[in-house]
Amino acid sequence: MVKMEPREAEVTIGSHQQSNIRLSEAYGEGSQAYSLADFRRKLRMSVVKCTDEDLEFDIIGVDPAIANAIRRILIAEVPTMAADRITLINNTSFIHDKDLTNRIGLVPIRVDSRLFENRNPEQPASSQDTVVFELHIRCTKNLQAAQDSTLPKDIYSNSSVYSGHLTWVPLEGQEMLFAKNPPKPIHDDILIAKLRPGQEIDMKIEYLKGIGKTHAKFSPVATASYRLLPVIEILEDVCGEAARRLKNSFSKGVVEIEKRNGVDVAKIVNPRMDTCSRNVLMHDDLAEKVRLGRKLDHFIFSVESVGMLPSDILVKESIKVMLGKCKSFLDQIERVRGKRKNANGHH
Amino acid sequence: MREILEANAIVYSEADPNWYMEYTDIRIGTPSIVEGPGMIAATTPYQCRLRDMTYFAPIYVDIAYKRGNELVIRNELEIGRMPIMLKSKGCVLHSKTPWELTKLRECPNDHGGYFIVKGVERVVLMAEQLANNRILIDEDSKGVISCQVTSSTHERKSRTNVIEKNGKFYVKHNSFVDDIPVVVMFRAMGVQNDLRIHQMIGTEENIQVAFVGSMVECHKLHVFTQEQALRFLAAKMKSRVFGPQKVEDPLDKAWEAVLSSVINHIPAQPPEYNMRLRAHYLGLMVRRIIQAKYDRGFIDDRDYYGNKRVELPGSMISLLFEDLLKRVNSELKTIADKQIPMMRVTQFDIVKFMKPSTITTGLINAISTGNWIIRRFNMHTIGVTQVLSRLNYISCLGMMTRVNSHFEKSRKVSGPRSLQPSQFGMLCPSDTPEGEACGLVKNMALLAHITINSSADLTDFFISLGVQDVRLLCGAEFSHSHIYHVFHNGVIKGVIEDHRRFIEEVRQFRRKGFLSPYLSVYPNHIHRCVYIVTDGGRFCRPFIIVENERPRVTSEHLEDLNSHILNFQDFLDIGLVEFLDVNEENDALIAVYEKDITDKTTHLEIAPFTILSACAGIIPFPHHNQSPRNTYQCAMGKQAMGVIGYNQHMRIDTLQYNMVFPQRPLVSTKAIKLINFDRMPAGQNVCLAVMSYSGYDIEDAIVLNKNSMERGFGECRVVTSQKCQLRRYPNMACDRILGPLVDASTRKPIFDHQCLDYDGIVMPGETVVKGQVLINRHIPAGTASLDPGQPIEYKEMPLRYQGTVPAQIDRVMVSVNADGETLFKVVMSQTRKPEIGDKFSSRHGQKGVVGLIVGQEDMPFDDQGVVPDIIMNPHGFPSRMTVGKMIEILAGKAAALSGEVQDATAFENKSEGEPVTCSEMGELLQRNGFHFQGKDILTCGVNGQPMQAYIYRGTCYYQRLKHMVQDKMHARARGPRAVLTRQPTEGRSRDGGLRLGEMERDCLIGHGAAMLLRERLMFSSDATEVDICNVCGLIGFLKWCQRCKSSQAMCTVKMPYAFKLLCQELCAMNIAPRLKLESVLSDDNEGIRSTDLPWKMS
Repeated sequence: MVKMEPREAEVTIGSHQQSNIRLSEAYGEGSQAYSLADFRRKLRMSVVKCTDEDLEFDIIGVDPAIANAIRRILIAEVPTMAADRITLINNTSFIHDKDLTNRIGLVPIRVDSRLFENRNPEQPASSQDTVVFELHIRCTKNLQAAQDSTLPKDIYSNSSVYSGHLTWVPLEGQEMLFAKNPPKPIHDDILIAKLRPGQEIDMKIEYLKGIGKTHAKFSPVATASYRLLPVIEILEDVCGEAARRLKNSFSKGVVEIEKRNGVDVAKIVNPRMDTCSRNVLMHDDLAEKVRLGRKLDHFIFSVESVGMLPSDILVKESIKVMLGKCKSFLDQIERVRGKRKNANGHH
Repeated sequence: MREILEANAIVYSEADPNWYMEYTDIRIGTPSIVEGPGMIAATTPYQCRLRDMTYFAPIYVDIAYKRGNELVIRNELEIGRMPIMLKSKGCVLHSKTPWELTKLRECPNDHGGYFIVKGVERVVLMAEQLANNRILIDEDSKGVISCQVTSSTHERKSRTNVIEKNGKFYVKHNSFVDDIPVVVMFRAMGVQNDLRIHQMIGTEENIQVAFVGSMVECHKLHVFTQEQALRFLAAKMKSRVFGPQKVEDPLDKAWEAVLSSVINHIPAQPPEYNMRLRAHYLGLMVRRIIQAKYDRGFIDDRDYYGNKRVELPGSMISLLFEDLLKRVNSELKTIADKQIPMMRVTQFDIVKFMKPSTITTGLINAISTGNWIIRRFNMHTIGVTQVLSRLNYISCLGMMTRVNSHFEKSRKVSGPRSLQPSQFGMLCPSDTPEGEACGLVKNMALLAHITINSSADLTDFFISLGVQDVRLLCGAEFSHSHIYHVFHNGVIKGVIEDHRRFIEEVRQFRRKGFLSPYLSVYPNHIHRCVYIVTDGGRFCRPFIIVENERPRVTSEHLEDLNSHILNFQDFLDIGLVEFLDVNEENDALIAVYEKDITDKTTHLEIAPFTILSACAGIIPFPHHNQSPRNTYQCAMGKQAMGVIGYNQHMRIDTLQYNMVFPQRPLVSTKAIKLINFDRMPAGQNVCLAVMSYSGYDIEDAIVLNKNSMERGFGECRVVTSQKCQLRRYPNMACDRILGPLVDASTRKPIFDHQCLDYDGIVMPGETVVKGQVLINRHIPAGTASLDPGQPIEYKEMPLRYQGTVPAQIDRVMVSVNADGETLFKVVMSQTRKPEIGDKFSSRHGQKGVVGLIVGQEDMPFDDQGVVPDIIMNPHGFPSRMTVGKMIEILAGKAAALSGEVQDATAFENKSEGEPVTCSEMGELLQRNGFHFQGKDILTCGVNGQPMQAYIYRGTCYYQRLKHMVQDKMHARARGPRAVLTRQPTEGRSRDGGLRLGEMERDCLIGHGAAMLLRERLMFSSDATEVDICNVCGLIGFLKWCQRCKSSQAMCTVKMPYAFKLLCQELCAMNIAPRLKLESVLSDDNEGIRSTDLPWKMS
């Protein structure tokens, strides 16, 4: 295999397939024995955007396995609190008990799961492992409704049950703990059910700690994913009408047109914005003049939190989970090694 | 109905010539039920369904009859009850608004058209058959041409054949033992003159020559007059075996037979019963045969849809009703005959003997069993009705539009099964089952209409347009090439000179609304006939009329239509559109698109996609698919889970499949809107990636995203119900319900009764497992009459939960059924997530089972983190050629990105000439930053590396089919055995064994695995030990041979019980199978030498 320059640690985007998709292929086989120092030297991170819900950051210089591990843990293994046990006292709505509870289960609440422990299924609920909510709602006719109104929300009260109707029932000691930040649904406007006069829903909901692997409702992220940094290179000047075509083939803001000697010439401005739609390859004349690729070790991470925990904390948590895993793996190796030693000693 | 009553209005008695009873009027009341003696309550379909009752309405008649010498008039007398078709005129749901329907607890989208009999919804299927009263020229396999006419009138059905034998023509008919020379028949009909006969057949030379033989034969028979002809016929009459032999003049009998059963649809009016017209018709039959010999164009195609008629529920029921009314009348007559001569205190009053049950039970039984028995036509059809399939909205709709054919299913014929060109636009080319009923069961196209009978007499109208009665003409004129015969419903009305003008005039009258819109008029230039048809059961469909190269429907009209100023009926009334039947279509030049209109065009198609049925209308881009795929989807759409009605949570069906979160398709068609499928969907839009993933997606298996599933994808509910009644017995005892049985030590209810409430009925919300009691019913132990004061003994007869998987109790209904018994219905449900082995399908006949369920983190993802819900293997495409699915995926992706539902109607392209709308979709994708062709860069979720291939990805509408592993999985180690053979039972429902079949057996033989074979076929099945007497070779018992009266040579042998049974059965039929036993060790033959045996074999 031809040894390539590190600069070319890039995926090549062709018109029918991508090539060079592995880092090892890019660097050449066996050239990169893992070293911590190397890793330290190459690893760079920068946060692009950070709000409670959205987090965009770059990780540069790591193996996809590490980036992917963070992504996978974010989706499936960071623990959160979700409705898990529901005591239905009354449900006379049209929605079937099972569907109602399933919908309730998917409503996220703002509780810091780090303050709780996993609950032993045999044990009764305690303030250390459970948050309790209540939903008691009854639909009635709205007597104050205007004569000519026909909309259900006007002529009935409580015709729609929203997540905002869930009320927190503090267990012993929880009032103190959550005095500043009482648990509540993240969104108040999630429609749970619709009621008509005389119908009633009455239930007690216990929120327990769990991970996304067991059920999607525990997953703390709407999605967590990464993409590789796009690389676009114009090999030959593209002018005039072709330049405008080139501009339209990429996402907004990727290519701009500048006047050079009175001629419109396309110029790459911000390849990061590109969605890698490769529509430029549809034009035969343009296809030859550009080179498309993606940096293999530049991951643009995006984490959208559902809201139980802020995105940045989620990422930290996920790294903690990963460290825990590494540790337990090392422990296991140790244990196996120890056993082997013991066995050898006996011999 | 009134017509039927009029035809059977008067009942006379033979005992008293003065006595009579006459129906003067008939009407149908409003649907009601009888709650008890004299308690009649109005009812609704919803109530009937729940309470297992019949939705019917009383039939009231007004009668006038003689009681003694006085004439009595009784009004509003109930003679029976008529099941009412839902949404028909007599139904309470007729012309109700959606809001009113909701109040009556009906689904506003339900289309009615079925009956409710004993709580079951049943459909009377349409049956297709050959048209009556038509001349059909047929050629058999030997090339012999014959002519057949099936005449059908209210009173009688008969079949008349004209055949050719040795160059002579004969009439073949049921009433006569032999074939009758045709000329004899002419003479019997009163045409005695040879010249006349010739003129009726035709004066062309070749026709005359062909007919000479028949003429000569008649002369040889010395039949010259009508009387001679009738005498000849009288000798050939079939003697009636049944009924009283009346002494009659044989001549009269023959005359009667000719009059009433030979081509009897041609009227011969009293008083003189002139059969001239009939003879003319017979002449035409002969003429057609002769012409068919020279020109094969005369031979009729039996599969041609113009020659087919569809029998509708209305006519089926009227046939049945007339038959039952006749039976009631004859019963009344017998009663009158018996009662009147008896001397009594009170006068004979026929009303006391009228009982409504004959008609009621007759109708109910026919509809609930599907056995249609019409005595007067000797007709016995089975399977006329079927239980309405309520699996989803489409299956229900598909059932209503189904057309059955009366051909035998098992026969291997291709003719009636193949697609007929004349079927275009009337019957769907895709929607037919696979297998034995293929092509015989068809479905109506969206715009197809079936005519109903209109019995108006148009004779005067024809005459005013210049039609001349054939009876006024000498006969020579018929052979002129410009003279056309005019037929109305198979009856000759006369001849016309300028047929073109005549046809045009009739059409104008029809468009102006003076004639029925379903009247059809068309010429047949080969036959030189103009046919005018108004009978019922013809397929027809509407077209836009084109005049002067311009369609009559303009854009203003369409605007009015959209703003509900005009409706379709108005279009019909003002002559913008008209209905053409299959035959008249052949006399029209129809343009498919407006751009195709030329100066000769007469009509324009309304929309080409309407050639498809409701089921096929669901398919997006069906014109891009390989045809059988559309057929598969038509079958599969009926198995998809979805919504069955807005009232589904209030219905109690024995089995109901509901989708928890149904969605309307992102890629929709016009047909979907027309049939309201978007309101009653059966499926969900999924994000689909076409790629291979793991090995668990081979052979059409699909990979499912576990997280989408947990968020509700594919979740369904299976609602079942069980019912029981509390009976009352003749001995005054009745069933009772007891509370739960409590265990003495724990003071808790026993396991079986755990879910029972204190009243002995299950509590809603409980989870029941197999065998647990739902209703703790006890029934009286004996049926003997009781001594008063003695306590009644009861035994347990509880209603137990029968399902294998636990279910939740949703609700319990307690009511009273039609017999006054208390009725319990327990509704249970299971919510099922998809699991490995469950079946899914897209709308393109691409079915597959779930092969693997994978978490979101393992799924491939794109730059935005979007993960597919379903991964489908690309190998599903090349051989199936379902290009429509690929376009659907693309269009679905565009729809999801643009937020607009995309149109995928068949044969419709936004830009004409462009094969598909792909490029438009592509541009939409490009604008949203996706690849033009829909192929995306994905990253593997497992190793985190980008994938080499670009993945075709988009959204697609997926249906979850009713076949689920949970209902099918089955295994058994030990279990029940059949009583007779002691072999394991068969089938999952009986916990049966898995059969090692013949082929598997062959396999083991091939391997020489004798001991394995022995184990499978005997030890694991029905091994028994049998004592064999080695002297007589027969089976003994307890080491004793009853035959030899000894226990000397008894041996115990292991054999399959089935073999033992065979031996004994053979014995029972006097064959003695003797078993000869030898020791396995060859030299040890002690005592058993074959020569010793009494039945030494040679």
